[in-house]
Amino acid sequence: MAKTELQSNTFQAAPLTSKTEPACSSMANTLKLSLDYDQLTNCMRCGFCLPACPTFRETGVEAESPRGRIALMKAVVDGIMEPNMQFEAQMNHCLGCRACEPACPADVKYGQLIEQAREAVEKHTVSHRWWVKLARKVAFKGVFPYQNRVRMVGGALRFYQQSGLRNFVRNAGLMNLFPAHMRDMEKILPDASDKGVIESIGTRHSADGLRIATVGLFRGCIMDILFTETNINTVRLLTAAGFDVVIPETQNCCGALHAHSGEQSDAKELAKRNIRAFRESGVDWIISNAGGCGALLVDYGHLLHDDPDWREDAAWFASRTIDISKILADQGNLPHTFGSMDEEPMTRITYQESCHLRNVMRSSDAQRKLIRRVEGAEFVELFESDRCCGSAGIYNLTQPEMAGSILDHKMEHVKKTEAHVLLTSNPGCLLQMKHGIEKHGMSDRMQAMHVVDFLYSRLNRDKINVVK
Amino acid sequence: MLEEVVIRELRAIVGGSFFRNDPETLVTHSYDGTPMQQALPDGVIYPGSTAEVAAIMKVLNQYRIPLISRGSGTNLCGGTVPVQGGVVMVMYRMNRILDVDLDNLTATVQPGIITKEFIAHVESLGLFYPPDPSSMAISTIGGNIAECSGGLRGLKYGTTKDYVIGLEAVLASGEIIRTGGKLMKDVAGYDLTKLLVGSEGTLAVITEATLKLIPPPKYKKTMLAMYTDLYGAARTVSKIIKSQIIPATLEFMDNPTIRVVDDFAKLGLPLDMEAILLIEQDGEMEMVERDIDMIASICRSENAAKVEVAETAEHALKLMTARRSAFTALARLRPTTILEDATVPRSRIADMVLEINRIAAKYQVQICTFGHAGDGNLHPTATTDARDQEEVHRVEAAFEEIFEAAIRLGGTITGEHGVGIVKAPYLEWKVGSAGIDMMRGIKQAFDPHNLLNPGKLFAKETRKRVVIQHG
Ligand SMILES: Cc1cc2nc3c(=O)[nH]c(=O)nc-3n(C[C@H](O)[C@H](O)[C@H](O)COP(=O)(O)OP(=O)(O)OC[C@H]3O[C@@H](n4cnc5c(N)ncnc54)[C@H](O)[C@@H]3O)c2cc1C
Ligand code: SF4
Ligand code: SF4
Repeated sequence: MAKTELQSNTFQAAPLTSKTEPACSSMANTLKLSLDYDQLTNCMRCGFCLPACPTFRETGVEAESPRGRIALMKAVVDGIMEPNMQFEAQMNHCLGCRACEPACPADVKYGQLIEQAREAVEKHTVSHRWWVKLARKVAFKGVFPYQNRVRMVGGALRFYQQSGLRNFVRNAGLMNLFPAHMRDMEKILPDASDKGVIESIGTRHSADGLRIATVGLFRGCIMDILFTETNINTVRLLTAAGFDVVIPETQNCCGALHAHSGEQSDAKELAKRNIRAFRESGVDWIISNAGGCGALLVDYGHLLHDDPDWREDAAWFASRTIDISKILADQGNLPHTFGSMDEEPMTRITYQESCHLRNVMRSSDAQRKLIRRVEGAEFVELFESDRCCGSAGIYNLTQPEMAGSILDHKMEHVKKTEAHVLLTSNPGCLLQMKHGIEKHGMSDRMQAMHVVDFLYSRLNRDKINVVK
Repeated sequence: MLEEVVIRELRAIVGGSFFRNDPETLVTHSYDGTPMQQALPDGVIYPGSTAEVAAIMKVLNQYRIPLISRGSGTNLCGGTVPVQGGVVMVMYRMNRILDVDLDNLTATVQPGIITKEFIAHVESLGLFYPPDPSSMAISTIGGNIAECSGGLRGLKYGTTKDYVIGLEAVLASGEIIRTGGKLMKDVAGYDLTKLLVGSEGTLAVITEATLKLIPPPKYKKTMLAMYTDLYGAARTVSKIIKSQIIPATLEFMDNPTIRVVDDFAKLGLPLDMEAILLIEQDGEMEMVERDIDMIASICRSENAAKVEVAETAEHALKLMTARRSAFTALARLRPTTILEDATVPRSRIADMVLEINRIAAKYQVQICTFGHAGDGNLHPTATTDARDQEEVHRVEAAFEEIFEAAIRLGGTITGEHGVGIVKAPYLEWKVGSAGIDMMRGIKQAFDPHNLLNPGKLFAKETRKRVVIQHG
């Protein structure tokens, strides 16, 4: 029944008198220790972040908004609520696209809060089934940290795709054993390789013409087995633009999957190995061609800020990490225009941003500038290109429903552009866009490509018409 | 806690998933934009139609359960905090534009529509809906109506109340009433439309609104005047009004506000100035040019250090956006931002700003001031930390004295944010005890069992007026 006593359940920020006993579960305790209370207090609940948030847009439910999620975290820390299955689910529903951060006038570091929350959830999760836990453990601890193992997975995938096994599996209907969204993903996976960029073209490449700087390529893990060609094209673009390129062999996975899923200590270990690899190779810049990885690379400074042995190197690494498009647009000696492919008629291009590139690395102009320099191509803006496509790391596998409805909205807008080429700058988004094009029956009209591959295909070396 | 039978009846009306009472939902509807106010409801319901609202209200009335209507929860007076528990009714599913009548220049909408989306739609049809609270990107028309929100254009075009001409609302009993209509004139009995506007969800649940639209201004110009002396800026405001020019927008920002806003919006504002005025005029081109020239010369006569007219529409838009973000940008200074809403007659702006500064110094708290200077509506904003209770007490004492000063200067305790919980103890200062009794009587007539947003507007006790020690 409703209360009649005024203020019987009103609690002020301090002191707290809540209806429930203070939460004392172990997850609550971990959350109390790990969540940054300053950031929780900084959220003034103005709601400015709500319109920016894709999950809020899809559902209209306050708990699915940044303001709501922060309130949930704070309620747990304040002892007003027990973190239960639903709390876990809500933390996992967040795409981590961080569109809420640039929208927040109070500068709340939401990205850090959600990672801290997920770390606690991961430690005490009750909702994961044993096989999910096992699969995560194998992937996160057994595979991603080791370059050679990642490559072995690439090899196995390649074997599956090319030996006829894939056809057998598909024809025998074995894929039907998997949920629909997994089947969809299997279909659009590009041909994998067991050879990464280094195995294909070696570790050092000199600049064409005058050298501007020496840069190190961050090759990534998934990127390097599924999109080896994109890594190779990145090197070619960089050398053409006047950069010496080094690809340090001892680098490994960036740790983004670990960090975003709450495995902070693994992420830190991976970060340290990367920092050492690039520090030792004497580069001026670290080049990222995957928005998702890049966002964690620029966050290494924060990740290791309380480790006195690593603080300085991590800050160096973070400040020297730059997206391929940005360095090409701002510093590169590229021709003023990229050539057209004579045999093709006018191409219409559109661009879906990578959330992390935009919201964390805060870069979205450079890509557009470069694309506009392509001859014989017309650039059309994609409505809400700044909104997450639903890929978000492995989100489309873990939260297929939400990811699916976000993707459907995205593809409606994509369709309206009538573009022939849909560009992205992150492998996860690229796969999601390929999936979207397939799902919405648009493969006959449109293809999705990484910006790097597109630009490289249009680099006309005969007509060098250098700006600067 | 709600009894099972109530929950079952509510679910039967809206369907299973549109009534919730899990801890997540309760926690996320325990607050709004007001700092330091929070209370858990017993349930949250998302109706899809007026009929559902009426049916819900009948159930709640039968079991005597409070109901709190909620738009986006951006209000700043604790208006949607369920201080006595009960059911929070979220209006977001009722978000359609039902009709834009180009013959009568009216629009009929459901309450849950986001103000900015409504404005964008109206503008796409070549029409104009002036009320533009800074929160319009997220606040709803229903919330705007219940708070009688104002905005940057209030000076010339008025506030929400000037545009609401008809309402459909559900009473506490579950009965549906209709007031006004697509009529520009209507004196059939008491004006219930105006009574419901600004009633803060305490009299009825608004389920539909008919709004007046006007033709958009043809031309507009934006300018910025900067002062090294705060009093000069304030005097300029009074002088512009006195010379019978009514700009569309006349906004004021003091130095601390300029600094944070610039840090947030990166506009290159003059950080060394004590105050700036942001002025916009719209209308026929000739009149706009003439007014802007005259305003510029008034600014100079009051020793403006610099007067700048925006060259491009983008520049103008940037300046307006900067002003809109002032409140939230101030939140970057300290963890807790308490924004108040004191309003004085426009000729007393300068005195009020000086009073605010004096009081802030007296209590040693940081108060930044900005606001709709043109309509006398100032937002003195304290930046503090809710965890420092001693400081919060000083802030509260300072605000009490600020309200006192506003009333002494012929003003009021709130110009647009409403009374809610936070201003309730001061309402009697403004309306007197006979006024309060009258208002209670009206509440009694609409809502005899005190079910609609209880605990708001009327405080258990009125604060005693503070004794001001001058000098
Ligand atoms: C950053 C920021 C800037 C702001 N700027 C301004 C400004 O410039 N001018 C201004 O006036 N205000 C401003 N506000 C205050 C606030 O945005 C307004 O009061 C707004 O109108 C609230 O709308 P809402 O949809 O969020 O309503 P809510 O906060 O959800 O509700 C407000 C009140 O309306 C009642 N209510 C909501 N819907 C209904 C309904 N359908 N029927 C009956 N009652 C209902 C609620 O019970 C409550 O009392 C600002 C707030 C913020 C956070
Ligand atoms: S915009 Fe920032 S301060 Fe406002 S509610 Fe969202 S996170 Fe909180
Ligand atoms: S990170 Fe993205 S999905 Fe998560 S709360 Fe922020 S805007 Fe919403």
